[in-house]
Amino acid sequence: MRLALRELRRQPGRFVVATALLTLVALLLIFLGGLLDGLIRQSTAAIEAQRGDALVFSSTAKVSFVRSRITADVRARVDAAPGVTATGGLGVAQLGGRVDDPNRKTLASLAVFGYELAPKGVPEPPPPGQGYADDMLRDDGVKVGSTIYVGPARQPLRVIGFVSGTPYAGQGTVWVAADTWRSLLEANRPGDRLGAGTFQALVVRGTGDRSALPAAIDAATGGATRTLGVDEAAFAQPGVKEQKGTFNQIIGVTVVIAIVVVALFFALLTVERVGLYGVLKAVGARSRTLFAGVVIQAVVVTAVASALASVLAIAASVTGATGSLPFTLLPGRLVLSVALLLVAAIVGCAFSLRRVLRVDPASAIGGGA
Amino acid sequence: MTVLTDVALDLADVRKVYGSGEGEVVALDHATLSVGRDEIVALLGPSGSGKTTLLSIAGGLLTPTSGRVVVGGQDISQASARELTEFRRTTVGFVFQSVNLVSFLTARENLLVVDEFGGRRGAAGRARADQLLGELGLTHRANNLPSQLSGGERQRVAIGRALMNSPKLVLFDEPTSALDSKIGEQVMDLIRSEVKGRGTAGVIVTHDTRMTHVADRTVHISDGRLDA
Repeated sequence: MRLALRELRRQPGRFVVATALLTLVALLLIFLGGLLDGLIRQSTAAIEAQRGDALVFSSTAKVSFVRSRITADVRARVDAAPGVTATGGLGVAQLGGRVDDPNRKTLASLAVFGYELAPKGVPEPPPPGQGYADDMLRDDGVKVGSTIYVGPARQPLRVIGFVSGTPYAGQGTVWVAADTWRSLLEANRPGDRLGAGTFQALVVRGTGDRSALPAAIDAATGGATRTLGVDEAAFAQPGVKEQKGTFNQIIGVTVVIAIVVVALFFALLTVERVGLYGVLKAVGARSRTLFAGVVIQAVVVTAVASALASVLAIAASVTGATGSLPFTLLPGRLVLSVALLLVAAIVGCAFSLRRVLRVDPASAIGGGA
Repeated sequence: MTVLTDVALDLADVRKVYGSGEGEVVALDHATLSVGRDEIVALLGPSGSGKTTLLSIAGGLLTPTSGRVVVGGQDISQASARELTEFRRTTVGFVFQSVNLVSFLTARENLLVVDEFGGRRGAAGRARADQLLGELGLTHRANNLPSQLSGGERQRVAIGRALMNSPKLVLFDEPTSALDSKIGEQVMDLIRSEVKGRGTAGVIVTHDTRMTHVADRTVHISDGRLDA
């Protein structure tokens, strides 16, 4: 082990190429993870912000707001379910909005949420015709006091404040009172018009065993609803699973690339060292000692590359170098990416094991002659 | 491995055959040789005569096809690869033809590496390495890398490495072939004084008759056969 570490310290030039390549791979891996987390956050943050224990959708809606309808009658049955202490109606309308000018040609993408129970970081429902905009909409020129003309009907909505970290489906949200949302829907999406007292979903607060709440609610509604925990509902939103699946596949391919880089580099290095290994075996080195040295070098090189990539990724995140990309660097993702690379390094080294084992100590003095 | 005798090296009717059938090559043919505990034997023979094979078998780098090999009282004729690794680490020392020091280790570390392979670290090992380097006239070169040493100095470090584990038998493979004759003479004299001074046995493989004067006895080998 000391031998391997001394080589790293005294001949760092031998490992520069591998370190540079692995730094790029690590950066790609961390960037992909950050992009995935950013996209997921932009898709689900509005749901995760709900201050409740469960979300109730109609049973046939597949956890989609657009498809779901919770009538006043169903809501009454939810209210009566054991463990339920409060319910709040929730609905969303995804529409285009013209900021400060009803004739503006560029549209800001909006997800207008009508709510009864205030989510985390969002004040109590505002007066009719007013709303709280998500920070994300600042990029579209929205300011406090702006009027957004929503949808084809250009229904005016006055922004009276900002909230942060509540995007939905990649769009900036505007949080309005339930009646405002209902009127926006009626004016702009006549086909999706909802009757009085009907919502797309319910936010439920409960007491006692929260894990039993969804089943209790669905039983109380006679199967008319599908109830999930808040986080579960967030990740069950249409497209989220597909986004995760696609990115995880790309991340998987990147890990395979890391394995190939380590395998090729250390296989070449092992070929170069056949003579040295022969001598070391002749003077009493075990194969496992020599292979452990290869693994240690791969792990150290990968750790250095991961550290460099982490510093670069953190710098990019802090300085905003990722621009408008939905990049979110989470500590857990960083640790996972580094762990994946270290595992890739060890797996990559395994390809050198056979060659190390096959080095003949007799080669140190020319073998049979 | 079982303890059989107290001699440094005892080869009895050793054969080494490569290949089989019509492609069979006999590298060592019924070789019998005994080397006393503080004796130096020069093994002289042309290229391809089998001297390197004999050295490899005596050093536990190769196993014989048949016959008995006893080194320092240990019968290694049928030893497993793991047992031979342990044997090489504890019982024999090698000085290779092309020196083969580890390029990124200092002279001192090249000696200590033998101890590290045995899982031994500490003051005793460092003291022994410093003592050997002192005896070899290399104290001032202890922290130099092989690339900073002359050919003669490198060979002296290699001798120090071979003696680091207090071996019962030191095997020299053409130790002067990469040196000019003057330095070669000095190295051979050093080999004699170091080996004899420790009461250790040595086998020196060479094809250079000028280098055999340091040996107590010269054994010739040709076509795999020893001719005392």
